[in-house]
Amino acid sequence: MRTLTPFSILAPTTLQDSFQHIEEHGWNAALYAGGTELLLTMRSGLASFPYLIDIKKIPQFDEISFNKDEGMLTIGAGATHRSIETSPLVLEQLPLLAEVESMVANIRVRTVGTIGGNLCFADPHSDPATLFMAWAGTTFELVSSAGVRQIAPDEFFVDLFTTARAENELMSKIHLPILGKRMGGAYKKFVTLERPTANVAAFLGLANGKIDSARIAVGSVGPIPVRAIDAEGTLLGGFPDEKLFERAAETAAEATDPVDDVYGSKEYKKQIVRVLTRRALKQAATRADRSQ
Amino acid sequence: MNTMKINLIVNGQSRSVEAPPGKTLLYLLRDDLDLLGTKDGCREGECGACTVLLDGEPVNACLVLAGQVDGREVVTIEGLSQNGHLHPLQRHFVEAGAVQCGFCTPGLIMSSAALLEQNPQPTEEQIRHALVGNLCRCTGYTKVFEAVQHAAEEVDRD
Ligand SMILES: Cc1cc2nc3c(=O)[nH]c(=O)nc-3n(C[C@@H](O)[C@@H](O)[C@H](O)COP(=O)(O)OP(=O)(O)OC[C@H]3O[C@@H](n4cnc5c(N)ncnc54)[C@H](O)[C@@H]3O)c2cc1C
Ligand code: FES
Ligand code: FES
Repeated sequence: MRTLTPFSILAPTTLQDSFQHIEEHGWNAALYAGGTELLLTMRSGLASFPYLIDIKKIPQFDEISFNKDEGMLTIGAGATHRSIETSPLVLEQLPLLAEVESMVANIRVRTVGTIGGNLCFADPHSDPATLFMAWAGTTFELVSSAGVRQIAPDEFFVDLFTTARAENELMSKIHLPILGKRMGGAYKKFVTLERPTANVAAFLGLANGKIDSARIAVGSVGPIPVRAIDAEGTLLGGFPDEKLFERAAETAAEATDPVDDVYGSKEYKKQIVRVLTRRALKQAATRADRSQ
Repeated sequence: MNTMKINLIVNGQSRSVEAPPGKTLLYLLRDDLDLLGTKDGCREGECGACTVLLDGEPVNACLVLAGQVDGREVVTIEGLSQNGHLHPLQRHFVEAGAVQCGFCTPGLIMSSAALLEQNPQPTEEQIRHALVGNLCRCTGYTKVFEAVQHAAEEVDRD
């Protein structure tokens, strides 16, 4: 198929206009950001829409800003992976985010694909979704004609390709707190196909040589990224050493319930999760130790 | 079928085309503008054979809708040579033996052109990173990396 099923493109230039289009057309319209997921879905015949609402012309929709007093970096949902990866503000305030964004897909997909499109599509094989699940204090901002609400990642991701976003809501922003002193984060992924086979994000905080905060999220091996709560528990109060990391990694891997699919067998994925978790914890600890 | 008028600059020339909004840039180039250098390998963003530059940035033409390029500038493989002289990347691909069946070559060269534009002296690691997702089933990539390295050295000397 060289041309998709016919549709019209609406291109609102204000948030108000986009709400109006959304309300008028409901599920007959799809929000269209980079289109790197949407067009594939339409091409494969899984979905078709008489209207696409191109949201890229909404002012400030791709803006990246930093509030120093609150220590919050805010990323417009329309920002492309590439613009986040190369943003001087992101590189300075949250280098981990730039690092993760530089690992998404390939440069052509990153140039077009947006962070909001990634999160709202809720593909189980997402890099940023796993990162944000582990990142304490992250919120997604959803807007509609009814107002604005903030939602945490663990409430936002509901199931495979399913989020808590209501039909009339648009994701507008992602708020990320910068990491405190003696805090470090790391992200590891393993890829054989285009999208990650497994990915792990870990954050550790240190106090008096011991671990006083730990967050781990494991993604791509289940319908949505999940926190490895038991593994986090094994770390608290311990000394950041290889043996402890290995034990936590084992616990994190055991807690997953991967399916056998084209990405690999259940056992294979568990093994990958174990290795990635150990490596992520080790790097997070080194970074925490260096951050004064 | 509803169509829209799209004005764009392709390889330095202003062009105007009528196309349905659901047509991709890939087929706007191939069907309407007769530019067959941009290849259709997968139509799913997975192979990179359709890589072109949109306002100087590399994109998969199969994942960009024609309507999105209105008022913008596209460079395809046909736009790289100047006055009948091959672009250094094209020449070094030939000289290094980085072309076998050639299907992936336009895409690899366009991704490499984007890289050299932003980073004239890339390391091998940076070349590899820039070419992630440009799949080649023939060459094994070694000659490709070599060709880009050689072209970078030449461009940098000029
Ligand atoms: C070859 C290939 C490789 C890839 N590899 C990776 C990878 O390694 N890691 C990874 O994480 N991802 C990967 N992806 C997925 C990639 O498409 C996403 O990362 C991309 O960012 C999606 O954004 P988009 O703007 O293109 O979304 P679109 O396709 O425009 O939108 C996706 C969905 O979200 C909705 N939507 C978009 N924006 C909003 C918004 N602001 N508010 C509400 N709803 C919205 C749309 O209606 C649609 O349903 C890959 C994709 C391809 C094609
Ligand atoms: S044809 Fe576009 S990436 Fe394969
Ligand atoms: S030369 Fe044949 S696919 Fe690359």
